Amino acid sequence: MTFRSTLLGSLALIGLSAPAWAIDLEFYFPVAVGGKPAETVQALTDKYMAANPDVKINAIYTGSYADTTTKAITAARGGNAPQLVISLSTDIYKFIDEDLIEPFDRFVTEAEKADWIGGFYPSFMLNSQYEGQTWGIPFQRSTPVIYWNKTAFAEAGLDPEKAPATWAEMVEIGQKLVQKDAAGNVTRWGVQIPSSGFPSWLWTGIVAGNGGTLQNDKGTEVFFNSPEAIGALEALIALSRDGVMAPGILDWGGTPKVFFEGQAAMIWTTTGNLTNVRANAPFPFGVGFLPGLKQPGAPTGGGNFYLMKGSSEEELKAAVDFVKWATAPAQAADWTIATGYVAPRPDVWETDVMKAYVAEFPQAAVARDQLAHAVAELSTFEGPKVTQILNSALESAITGQKTPKEALDAAQAEAEAILAPYRN
Amino acid sequence: MPKREWIHAWLLLLPAFVFLIAFTHLPAVQTLIDSFWSTPKGRRPAVFVGGDNYARMLADPILAKALWNSAVYAALTIPASVVLALAMALLVQARFAGVALMRMAFFTPTVLPLIAVANIWLFFYAPGFGLIDQIRGLFGLPSVNLAGQPETALYAVAAVTVWKEAGFFMVFYLAALQAVPPALREAAAIEGCGRWTFFRRVTLPLIMPTTLFVTVNATINAFRLVDHVFVMTRGGPDNATMLLLYYVFENGFRYWDTAYAAALTILLVAILTVVGLGQFFAADRRVHYR
Amino acid sequence: MTGAGGLDRALMRAGGWVLALVWMAPLIYALWSAFHPSAYEARFVLTAPLTLDNFATAWGKAPFARYFLNTILLVTMVLAVQLVLCTMAAFAFARLEFPGKGVLFALVLVQLLILPDILLVENYATMFRLGLVDTILAIGLPYFASGFAIFLLRQTFRTIPRELDEAARVEGCSLLGLMWRVYVPLGRPAMLAFGLVSVSHHWNNFLWPLVITNSVETRPLTVGLSVFATTDSGIEWAVINAATLMTSAPLLLGFLLFQRQFVQSFLRAGIK
Repeated sequence: MTFRSTLLGSLALIGLSAPAWAIDLEFYFPVAVGGKPAETVQALTDKYMAANPDVKINAIYTGSYADTTTKAITAARGGNAPQLVISLSTDIYKFIDEDLIEPFDRFVTEAEKADWIGGFYPSFMLNSQYEGQTWGIPFQRSTPVIYWNKTAFAEAGLDPEKAPATWAEMVEIGQKLVQKDAAGNVTRWGVQIPSSGFPSWLWTGIVAGNGGTLQNDKGTEVFFNSPEAIGALEALIALSRDGVMAPGILDWGGTPKVFFEGQAAMIWTTTGNLTNVRANAPFPFGVGFLPGLKQPGAPTGGGNFYLMKGSSEEELKAAVDFVKWATAPAQAADWTIATGYVAPRPDVWETDVMKAYVAEFPQAAVARDQLAHAVAELSTFEGPKVTQILNSALESAITGQKTPKEALDAAQAEAEAILAPYRN
Repeated sequence: MPKREWIHAWLLLLPAFVFLIAFTHLPAVQTLIDSFWSTPKGRRPAVFVGGDNYARMLADPILAKALWNSAVYAALTIPASVVLALAMALLVQARFAGVALMRMAFFTPTVLPLIAVANIWLFFYAPGFGLIDQIRGLFGLPSVNLAGQPETALYAVAAVTVWKEAGFFMVFYLAALQAVPPALREAAAIEGCGRWTFFRRVTLPLIMPTTLFVTVNATINAFRLVDHVFVMTRGGPDNATMLLLYYVFENGFRYWDTAYAAALTILLVAILTVVGLGQFFAADRRVHYR
Repeated sequence: MTGAGGLDRALMRAGGWVLALVWMAPLIYALWSAFHPSAYEARFVLTAPLTLDNFATAWGKAPFARYFLNTILLVTMVLAVQLVLCTMAAFAFARLEFPGKGVLFALVLVQLLILPDILLVENYATMFRLGLVDTILAIGLPYFASGFAIFLLRQTFRTIPRELDEAARVEGCSLLGLMWRVYVPLGRPAMLAFGLVSVSHHWNNFLWPLVITNSVETRPLTVGLSVFATTDSGIEWAVINAATLMTSAPLLLGFLLFQRQFVQSFLRAGIK
């Protein structure tokens, strides 16, 4: 890449070709939700290049979030890091620990720090800042919400316009929604909270709703076995014991299908599924806040822009300019509407297009309003490993191998052993 | 003139060895070296730790689980896919109406990329709306969460492996079976030798080299084929489908604990050496003494 | 294949059809869901309307035609190079005597035990130094020298009677001529067997191609298919299966039409 820009540069010096000074940027992005994110990213970069002919952005689709991280770190270790990557917001500590990313602060003026960086929802910045610097810029962010089947609610004699406001209400409503066939087998469950792969994400919401928090804000300490956390896991397991939810590990990817087929009347899943549910649910549906044990609470999720080390100052500066442009209201609004992600800044929601979108599709605003109650997604140093420890513990409790307390005590001890060195 | 033969031999080997050394041996030596160092972090360079990464394995409950799972997985998938492959080949070696369709049926797994097909299996296993549950429902049986409970998840994953492999191995058996001289069969029939006896005494020994070939492949795959684990279970629930190679991946490319992943790789290679190399020598010897 | 045991055979064949049905179930399901609206993904009613929309959607999500071409180029290139390199090496191991033979052969076997995917980071760095990142060549390079092929071909070559060598030498055949005229033809079944293993492996390979490639011009089918294998949102079986069918149909049809030739060429001279 550098060779090529030098070459183009020298060609320009000799006075041969058109662009005065071309900067080549590479930008890795994952596709994590339905809709048409890949095409939208391409359209976005094309639009930027049309407005900025001296910059060339090569947007590279890099699979899932996990694949994207693998590819970015592999490229960085091979000495060929891209300038920009969209990766999970929770990857921040890992990237810092590996010394792979640059903070954005160096490339923005004081004024921009206030208007631009200061203009994002604070709950999205929780996983984006560390030691007073900004390492990630929220872009394709999401949060989980509850979807409910209005037809099923009406059938069960419930108010179809009213979502359960609390956990207790969700259980009560759920019991009324359960249907069984003649043989006694359940044909419709009250609720489905999927637990495959990454159960910790939705569970973080239950913990937040129980007034608990899972980590400190430096990513160096976790509180997996606090009374609030244990209570949250007990409540989750009680759902299956009380016959409101199917037992075992419930698949994340199949959850919308379970909903469409009427086999669960309420589901918890990401706002990233809004477009999918809107297109495929054969019945009217509602979207609401996650019902909490004590209060509303939900984690944030999704991806941030990261600026990777290993490029010239000039390239990094051009990359930051692109990020500024991409998160500006006009672009962020297009992106939100095309993908179903939550627009990360209040001013995006003030644009005319977004207002029209919300008027036509009010469910889209639920996620935004829930942000007031949102907490950070679990994110620590050695994040993937710590998260995996928690996921395994949750799975072992959900499948009945261990009690919630046993599972979480063990997870806390394991995580503590990993994180202790980071506190000094 | 032995010297010229040497030069010829080395020249013939040269191109293959350039690639072997560049893309296997050098990186492998690097892996071995890495396994004696700590994982370098941006803020902390690697330090020599001797056998620490290996000592860590002894106290790693997930590794113990992964080793056990891999053993079960190998014990399930190797015999099942080899026996089924042979059975399939015996079925479709004859000519009858529809044999082409049956052959294609057995061959489909070879052509469908696992990354896509794993999703279809997720649908089959899904509780409630999934195919298996729908069929169970017809018989009034309760819903079962095959890939989502620790008791059955490993079997669910192993079944996909057997599905993938058996049809593939069938092709090799099919070719081997058709090489059994028809004259032998006729002779056996005249002597009143039953079909089962003929199969055991004549066919089976004749196709032994293919069986070895297929078994070696099945063994390597038992440790190598984890693509569907990525899509279907990610090693869960509670590590019930954690296989050794998947664990190496998780340590290497999810946790970026490259030192421990390197040590685990060495362990994996050691296991494959014991299991795999034994088979190779067995295969080799057969050719010698024939 | 006639005579006694008619009932026996009928039973076996019935069992065979059951087995075939199970084996084809994923394909049948793929056909069902790809040709029906997604509402019928899990509802098997005969009155379900037919549609081609899923194919249109899938086609629009990734440049599959190009990916298909790339995959074909990749598997052809890898197999061709593998056969040439490994035949030469296997011939040397099978027929020539030279110092270091044992050690070198052990080094070949080592490759059977090391999984190339594990060496991702090191191999990426090598490709970058060679300036080959984002090329189809780079996807194939680590697989060019196959320990498995060398082992398999050496084993086959050693079963070829030495008398044939002598005869060819008497006729004035050079070493390369001997390899080409005697060993390559007799080793064909083994090469075909290996070819199937190799093509099937690279047809399915995902992680390394994803890591080493960046552009539409180099990426194989599996990378295209992975667009649908996301787990953050719900799985859209109808579209995934339409994409799977589009990309697999040519091979499936090819096998259905040419299986006789395919199996025949396997057994010419019999695979040992």
